[in-house]
Amino acid sequence: MSLPDGVQWREIDGEEGLVTRGEPVYGEATDGEWRRWDRSRSKLAVLLGRDIETGLAADSTVLYLGAASGTTVSHVADVAGPTYAVEFAPRPMRDLVGVAEDRENLFPLLKDARAPETYAHVVEPVDLIVQDVAIREQGKVALANKQFLRDGGRLVVSIKARSEDVTRDPEAVFEEVLETLESGYEVLETESLDPFHDDHLGVVARKKSD
Amino acid sequence: MSEDDSGDGGWFAGIAPNETDVGATTIQEGSATTPQQWPQRAIEKGFVNNEDEYYEQLREATLTAARQAVEQREQADDQQLIHSIRALDDCQRLANELTERVAEWAGSRDADAEVGIAYIRELAEREPTEPVEERIIALANRIVDLDEEVQALRTLVEHSAQSIAPNLTALAGAELTARLIAQAGGLEKLAKLPAGTVQVLGAEDALFAHLRGGASSPKHGVIYTHEYVRGTNPEHRGSAARALAGKLTIAARIDHYSGEYRPELESELEKRMERIRARDNA
Repeated sequence: MSLPDGVQWREIDGEEGLVTRGEPVYGEATDGEWRRWDRSRSKLAVLLGRDIETGLAADSTVLYLGAASGTTVSHVADVAGPTYAVEFAPRPMRDLVGVAEDRENLFPLLKDARAPETYAHVVEPVDLIVQDVAIREQGKVALANKQFLRDGGRLVVSIKARSEDVTRDPEAVFEEVLETLESGYEVLETESLDPFHDDHLGVVARKKSD
Repeated sequence: MSEDDSGDGGWFAGIAPNETDVGATTIQEGSATTPQQWPQRAIEKGFVNNEDEYYEQLREATLTAARQAVEQREQADDQQLIHSIRALDDCQRLANELTERVAEWAGSRDADAEVGIAYIRELAEREPTEPVEERIIALANRIVDLDEEVQALRTLVEHSAQSIAPNLTALAGAELTARLIAQAGGLEKLAKLPAGTVQVLGAEDALFAHLRGGASSPKHGVIYTHEYVRGTNPEHRGSAARALAGKLTIAARIDHYSGEYRPELESELEKRMERIRARDNA
């Protein structure tokens, strides 16, 4: 596997890391127009750094659910084509708007990922869904948004065990979410995001045709 | 057009290019059952000429929508203002009821008793000499406390009305501003009401009695407390209420959509009122 066009390994300040080209967002290290994609702040970067095929490619259309302040989605937009960023909380959305102002292809939407009908009139069919929502029923959210994926499109989810149930064993939670996912997706890869993100499981899946 | 009305048109259905504010509204409030190839659809519908133009339009509209929605969600301050004015009304009502009760009770024993906060304050200062007097004085102290709370709430209402709705507050005063926002359910809702509704906010009973038939239509609701209505000859009060409601509606819209203070509203209203009141001398 190789990294998508627009993502590279590069040494900045003596530290090797992934980089993309774009306006800096969160005080990350930069080298010319390249800026570090900090793996301790981005679950997607962990997957890319481990050579996992995520489906992120130059010019692909992306729907990002749970964009928060825009840390990860800013890198996605540096690489990809039209990028739709859904975030439900107003405060991080204010930062996300700032990130989007510096990018031509990043469209912020203050919407609830559990209610896709409220943005289906804006979001076109996409090649990739990235889901990072810290709420319960993460599997259901992925199923509800499956309609946005083109045939063969991919879903990258980071499942946060603590959002489902803080008291349960993370492994049991992951299993349950994966089971839900499998009713609409074919799971291609699962990867623990330790040590960068505790109790998170990265999942790459492909849409099953209806 | 029928396709667009089905609820499955894109966010751009029925709007012209560069109508960013309208686009922002449909992005925030619209919906569709399924996603479509919106860029192609927008080109087919003649909304834009090519994909680049589409994404440019989309970018402006989503940015505007997100900014507005954030502002709106964070500006829940108007809900706090509604609670404040309601608490103020409750404290005032309780203080009035207790004042009457205490004045009546004290009057059975003290020839100088009268209904009023001055007498209550004086009563509260006294030293009780026997059990009944002890209760009367204790109640008087409760009233003094309530009255102080009313003053504190009034100060709060004045400050927050001023910052939430500077134009409305300039025209209507803080308390009436708060009451109008409370009646409407929020500043945004108030800004979206037609002036005729603002005119009779708070007079819903009278309005529905009128609509059922029989009763005459109400001329004013809570705006009655405004000097421009109350201080106008009854013959012209309807006109005064209509003119005031019209300006208040404009003020609410400026407060909600721009937030910028426009002093000229006040002088416009003043001139209009002068003309209405001049009819008396005609």
